[in-house]
Amino acid sequence: MNAILTMIAQRLALGLLTLFVVSLIIFFSVSLMPGDYAEAILGQAALPDTVKAFREQLGLDQPAYVRYFQWLGGVLTGDLGTSFSSERAVTELIGARFGNTMFLAAYAAVIAMPLALVLGVLAALYRNSFYDRTVNVVTLTTISSPEFFLAYVLIMFLSVGLWNGSEMIMGGLFPPIANVSNDVGFWERVYRTTLPAITMTLVIVAHMMRMTRASVIDLLASPYIEMANLKGLSKSRIVFKHALPNALAPIINVIAVNMAYLIVGVVLIEVVFVYPGLGGLLVDSVSKRDMPVVQGSCLVFAAVYIMLNLTADVLSIVSNPRLLHPR
Amino acid sequence: MTRFLKFMQSAPWSARFGMFVIAVYVFVAFFVPVLAPFGETELVGRSYQGWDSTYWLGTDSLGRDMFTRILYGARNTIGIAFITTCLAFLFGGLLGFMSATLGGWVDQLLGRFVDVIMAIPSLIFALLLLTIFGTSVPVLIIIIAVLDSTRVYRLARAVGMNITVMEYVEAAKLRGEGLWWIIRREILPNAMPPMVAEFGLRFCFVFLFISGLSFLGLGIKPPIADWGSMVKENAALISYGDITPLLPAGAIALLTVAVNFVVDWFLHKTSGLRDEH
Repeated sequence: MNAILTMIAQRLALGLLTLFVVSLIIFFSVSLMPGDYAEAILGQAALPDTVKAFREQLGLDQPAYVRYFQWLGGVLTGDLGTSFSSERAVTELIGARFGNTMFLAAYAAVIAMPLALVLGVLAALYRNSFYDRTVNVVTLTTISSPEFFLAYVLIMFLSVGLWNGSEMIMGGLFPPIANVSNDVGFWERVYRTTLPAITMTLVIVAHMMRMTRASVIDLLASPYIEMANLKGLSKSRIVFKHALPNALAPIINVIAVNMAYLIVGVVLIEVVFVYPGLGGLLVDSVSKRDMPVVQGSCLVFAAVYIMLNLTADVLSIVSNPRLLHPR
Repeated sequence: MTRFLKFMQSAPWSARFGMFVIAVYVFVAFFVPVLAPFGETELVGRSYQGWDSTYWLGTDSLGRDMFTRILYGARNTIGIAFITTCLAFLFGGLLGFMSATLGGWVDQLLGRFVDVIMAIPSLIFALLLLTIFGTSVPVLIIIIAVLDSTRVYRLARAVGMNITVMEYVEAAKLRGEGLWWIIRREILPNAMPPMVAEFGLRFCFVFLFISGLSFLGLGIKPPIADWGSMVKENAALISYGDITPLLPAGAIALLTVAVNFVVDWFLHKTSGLRDEH
């Protein structure tokens, strides 16, 4: 038991260290910006005095490491600075949208997880059957399609419909734009975000299902399953009693890794559906070159991503004693 | 030649389909100026005209011919993704093999560096870097190549590690051959099959990545015809039930599927290395 705790503590420490290094990268990459930052924001025509005042306002006249610690201190106390374009606090901008992004990700996860597990386990059990091949081709196609393609195809068939020359056919099931504000009730919110959630599901199920299939196949090839087969146990008993408990570790890992992927994949889909999430905010700020907001949202995304990967790591250690004794 | 034909005949239908599609795309990419009815950025009519005999797929928001731009998109989008993937393999492959051959602190340093880069989701990192350096095609190519080379590095190092322990590499080292010679003459030929398969997969990834960025308006920018940004520019048509804006997106999906089919078969052929994903 102690070995597990040490290992988890090690992973946590490593995760914190990674976060720290990532914060360094996010902060200092800004100083790589060609030319003077203040001039870049204010434009070539700005008066020298204005530039100077702006630099002082941003604290750019201080050395970089001082600014870093000020920024880090701010991050830890929940102050990410002020947006250049809207003059609002970055924390406020991000906070409002972070919840929306998490809601969408959770919604997609709730549909995707059971679906992927069932499809994956079935594909592994009936390997090389017609079902397996069909699922393989379909998932390969959804993985290969750009997210915005899947999104627009769904919008077309389930929302606006197709123009066949004289009238619209199909469509009308869901709104094409995921317009949610704070006063929208829970079920209404679920209804309005169905299309983005389905799009995410399509992408993520493919990955999850293929990984689940691979790990179950891997497991079914192990000697003790062969032994169970030779003993003449029934197939259902082998699957449920012998295989599944051991398959849990890799499957948990698959889920956590894909959740990390989901959080990032949400960026493109939020833009397609004009969903007020963190991804949309990030993309907007990149095109406006609104540095504080970009830094803040990148940090939040990176932190969530690192934490989910860390969770995957820890869970796979906890659920697999063999990992505790690496050679 | 007969051996090659036999090899082709052994391919399943999915791989043949994939090869056919890739061949068509490459053909179009090379012969666009001859094939396209109009110029890449030529304004030929009113905006958003429907499909007819002159403008096969109608016109876009500025009145440029859609069909022409889709053809040109093959050259621009695939070309840029291809260059990016090549660069990523050049950086990542070289450093990976170097790590494997030299070992020691070089390996440690590069390994930790790659770990940190990979800890940040690549889309987020790319967006951060694009904010800093601005969005132009050369910058885009370099940023994505560098970010993607981390994945190539990992594979190249892993494959290289298995080769550097072989006696013939040992022998070459004792003969006093240089690092470059060992990488080029001993490691590279033996690492070819997994690296080629990885090239296909990385190309798909880069291709989708660049299309995604272009779709967000942060990648390849108009007036250059590019499939991602074409979807963005003409997305308004979708609300009228017109499928034209989906065609460039479909073109992206079709090529990626095709490459995946071929890679799947290739992996199956050359030992079952990395059977999944």
